[in-house]
Amino acid sequence: MDIVAELLAGSRLALSRAITAVENEYEDATAIMQKLYPHTGRAYVIGITGPPGAGKSTLTDKLAKACRRQGKTVGIVAVDPTSPFSGGAILGDRIRMNELTLDEGVFIRSMGTRGSLGGLSRKTADAVKIMDAAGKDVIFIETVGVGQSEVDIVKAADTTVVVLVPGQGDDIQAIKAGILEIGDVFAINKADRDGAERLKAELEMMLDLDQVKAEWRPPIKQTIASQGVGIDELIATLEEHIRYVTGSGELAKRRKQRTRNEFIALLEENIHRRILGKITASGQLDQFVAEIETRNSDPYSVVSRLISEFLR
Amino acid sequence: MEKRIRVLVAKPGLDGHDRGAKVVARALRDAGFEVIYTGLRQTPEQITEAALQEDVNVIAMSLLSGAHNTLFPKVVKMIRDKGMNDVLIIGGGVIPDADIPGLKEAGVSAVFTPGTPTGSIIEFIKTNVK
Repeated sequence: MDIVAELLAGSRLALSRAITAVENEYEDATAIMQKLYPHTGRAYVIGITGPPGAGKSTLTDKLAKACRRQGKTVGIVAVDPTSPFSGGAILGDRIRMNELTLDEGVFIRSMGTRGSLGGLSRKTADAVKIMDAAGKDVIFIETVGVGQSEVDIVKAADTTVVVLVPGQGDDIQAIKAGILEIGDVFAINKADRDGAERLKAELEMMLDLDQVKAEWRPPIKQTIASQGVGIDELIATLEEHIRYVTGSGELAKRRKQRTRNEFIALLEENIHRRILGKITASGQLDQFVAEIETRNSDPYSVVSRLISEFLR
Repeated sequence: MEKRIRVLVAKPGLDGHDRGAKVVARALRDAGFEVIYTGLRQTPEQITEAALQEDVNVIAMSLLSGAHNTLFPKVVKMIRDKGMNDVLIIGGGVIPDADIPGLKEAGVSAVFTPGTPTGSIIEFIKTNVK
């Protein structure tokens, strides 16, 4: 079947197969992305991140339903961790989104991290593009729940929601670098638990310390996603952020930066794959490793030699 | 190329016992498969739609409530109707031996009853997945 034509005509199976092609690096993956690219750039992309157990899936489920009530179509990419030992994964975020499964205006795809650093791979970004080309109005990326260093999502999302829960960590956590810096909007979920007010106060303090006087001060909303509490307020805040980034030119700036990052990442990946593929096939890889290991050569010299050879 | 076998593990129908399904899901994970776990009380429509969105290679259903003769064949039919002809469909749970030939005729490739070592499920999937 012609995946691209069928996808653009609305086939859900074609949409699904296109994501698989990218995920598994099938031969036709590049051709598919080439043909879909002109159809991308229309969807609004919202990243949902935060520590494990913060309630990201439940919150995503509720936000998606709110978008549906407004008549918007929704795509969801839910990322879960891949075992570093077996390469297997349990992708369980759909459990919280079961009611969305039969809604034709929603498409949910689970992805394993499959060893990518930072948890959010280029393939996730490609899956988002594929859903975008398929006409989804709003796309949620729910990240793997790893926490502090997981900041890659800002590169793929127009608006990033950081979901936190009371009772995790002390106030020094709030001034560390990382996840708290990437939030455009904060959601304190499970806000009926002890410590919700304290967490809010700590976050406010962190935001007060922000030296860069940005026009957008990230709002902090309290939610109880499992009961649907605070969802309308959170949606209103997201809309406010969308209006702000659109009106201020910030969105255009972010998307330009993203295009640049993605181009560079693709370039790096292709060069890497090309060179590695060649030296693996020729057996040189093992030979280089042996030379380096026995100190007959060093990695710096071998890489310099290889690069000058390839770029001749 | 990093093809991973993707398996949808689902509990169709109304039974509320998913320990077996979780044991199987965990074993499949440890065998290097990507397991999409959809949880309890799924309708054939939900299972079919989830399998389509997730583009799985295998659907593994577990059922203890006795409705297997209705629900398993229904999922097989719905999956094939969606054009997913290469998806391997297997079942497990409390299923009388006498029902197994009929289920196989309906397109369930294998039925694993209580006591089956998880290793044989993994082996079956590896051998038969397309």
